[in-house]
Amino acid sequence: MLDRRQVYLDNSAATRLDERVLEAMKPYLFDKYAVATSEFAYSQGIEAREVMDRTREALALAMGAVPEEFIFTSGSTESSNIALKGVALALGNRKGKHIIVSKIEDFPVLNSARALEKQGFQVTYLDVDSDGFVNLDKLRDSITNETILVSIQHANQEIGTIQDIENIGHICREKGVLFHTDATHTFPRITLDVRRTPVDLITVSAHTIHGPKGIGGLYIHQGTRIAKWIDGGFQEFDLRAGLENIPGAVGFAKAVQLVTAQETEQLQSMRDRIIDRILAEIPDTTLNGHRWKRLPQNANISFHFVEGESITLHLDMHGFAVSTGSACFSRSLEGSHVIFGIGGDHERAHGSIRFTFGRYNTMEDANAVVNTLAEVVRELRSISPLGKENEK
Amino acid sequence: MKFPYSETVLEHFRHPRNVGKIENADGKAIEGSPACGDMVSVYISVDPNTNKLTDIKFESYGCASNIATGSIITELAKGRTLDEARKITWKEASEALGGLPKIKAHCSVLAVEGLRSAIENYEERHGLVKEKKPTTVETVRKRLKKVMNPMAGLDLVRTNLVQDIEVKDGTVRVVVDLPPDHQFASAIKEEIMEKIKPLWDVKEVVVEFVE
Repeated sequence: MLDRRQVYLDNSAATRLDERVLEAMKPYLFDKYAVATSEFAYSQGIEAREVMDRTREALALAMGAVPEEFIFTSGSTESSNIALKGVALALGNRKGKHIIVSKIEDFPVLNSARALEKQGFQVTYLDVDSDGFVNLDKLRDSITNETILVSIQHANQEIGTIQDIENIGHICREKGVLFHTDATHTFPRITLDVRRTPVDLITVSAHTIHGPKGIGGLYIHQGTRIAKWIDGGFQEFDLRAGLENIPGAVGFAKAVQLVTAQETEQLQSMRDRIIDRILAEIPDTTLNGHRWKRLPQNANISFHFVEGESITLHLDMHGFAVSTGSACFSRSLEGSHVIFGIGGDHERAHGSIRFTFGRYNTMEDANAVVNTLAEVVRELRSISPLGKENEK
Repeated sequence: MKFPYSETVLEHFRHPRNVGKIENADGKAIEGSPACGDMVSVYISVDPNTNKLTDIKFESYGCASNIATGSIITELAKGRTLDEARKITWKEASEALGGLPKIKAHCSVLAVEGLRSAIENYEERHGLVKEKKPTTVETVRKRLKKVMNPMAGLDLVRTNLVQDIEVKDGTVRVVVDLPPDHQFASAIKEEIMEKIKPLWDVKEVVVEFVE
């Protein structure tokens, strides 16, 4: 049966724009389309400068920072590239060429580190435990005199595990190395206040919180040595050139303003519902990531003996959009590096499904996807050569 | 709604034909393993007088193109002679399905290989092998790549469980790096026998377990 109604449960990939965000952006697309670079030429430019200042201040404040510490970028990929490559460029010949990242970072961090490796940097890829946590002692032991930067995510994009970044930050401060964290999936839902948590660089993005695509930001702690990576004009305190994306910036600030603790609680209850129901109702399933220290919007479960792309396609035909860590799903034909990172085998990666909730989901969606899944998984298992031993 | 596959692929994916096992099949094969991603098993029944495939069934642990190819291949092969069925190519299967995305070739080629291996298995078991190449250590190793190490979900060769292979006067000796009383020892032994014994010039298979 094909269901016409679409239920989108892939909110870590993209989110629906909130109408209130669009309304806030509209004036800057039509009447006030000048950019701040023109502030000394005409009054529209001054207005543009003012609105940039206001939104920058609001976003900086959301993490306890001052406006001068926040630059706008085109999104989290660019932010993480600036953080890793900018620090490498600034400190590589001055202090050392060693960088530490966790094994389960998202691709902007992981592949920036790999790119730097080709440029002669040494990279330590820190192991994580079976829940996805970085071991703090191992981190401390990995830092050498050559280390310039540690980059460990706030929460994982696939399995949702939230790292103890407060203590990671303290270790980095104590050892005198810079600390970058990718907060794409936590900001501003999970508090990260730079006045309490020692962090030097934070990657954030609007696309995960019902803001527009193509706008993100990077917090840069005052005094952090970082080289300019995108050359051109003098925008963003001469740290990132490029025409200011004013509608995007306004939309980002509005999106942050609309995130509430009450909503986060609702997401968490949907998350808990599907985790509890799937583990109880569908046999041979494994939760990926920590049960409680995880993103409120994220559930990730492996369905043994079946392949993830087959599950997603069946769910899609029933009107549910989810994602999988299966090799068949990725363009690189490699299974999820996150599932391998937490010690999972190919089979566990192959059958892993990620559900991420957003503002427009309801408890009804959470229940409906579990009901459909039970059917789909049963059907796929009936044609699978694996897992039949238990039936006899 | 838009899908990355043709209507025919989706139809076979949703309603795969000839799914299941054949008890006491005349020939059978498993291609792939969870480690390589996908896995297909193929079972065939053969009429010894006509050499035609009277029945064929498959099981799939795989993505949509793997399932759909398994399904179409059973339809294409049923009723054909062994020699005809062996000649079915990935291209023919793909065309019958209205085309498959190129990137999915590796998942779908497994089913085609599965059919060929099942035919090969039938011929070996029934003394019909035409081209009689002597069994070598390499032949054995290749087959052991299809025996699973249940602890890792990977094959024996990749998980370094095969300590030694010896081929001498029709006797194949395989040394497995596991204690003889290991919980999976007997299952692994059985699978090794099943894979190696049908080789035409193999008279005896000895599986030894050492720590």
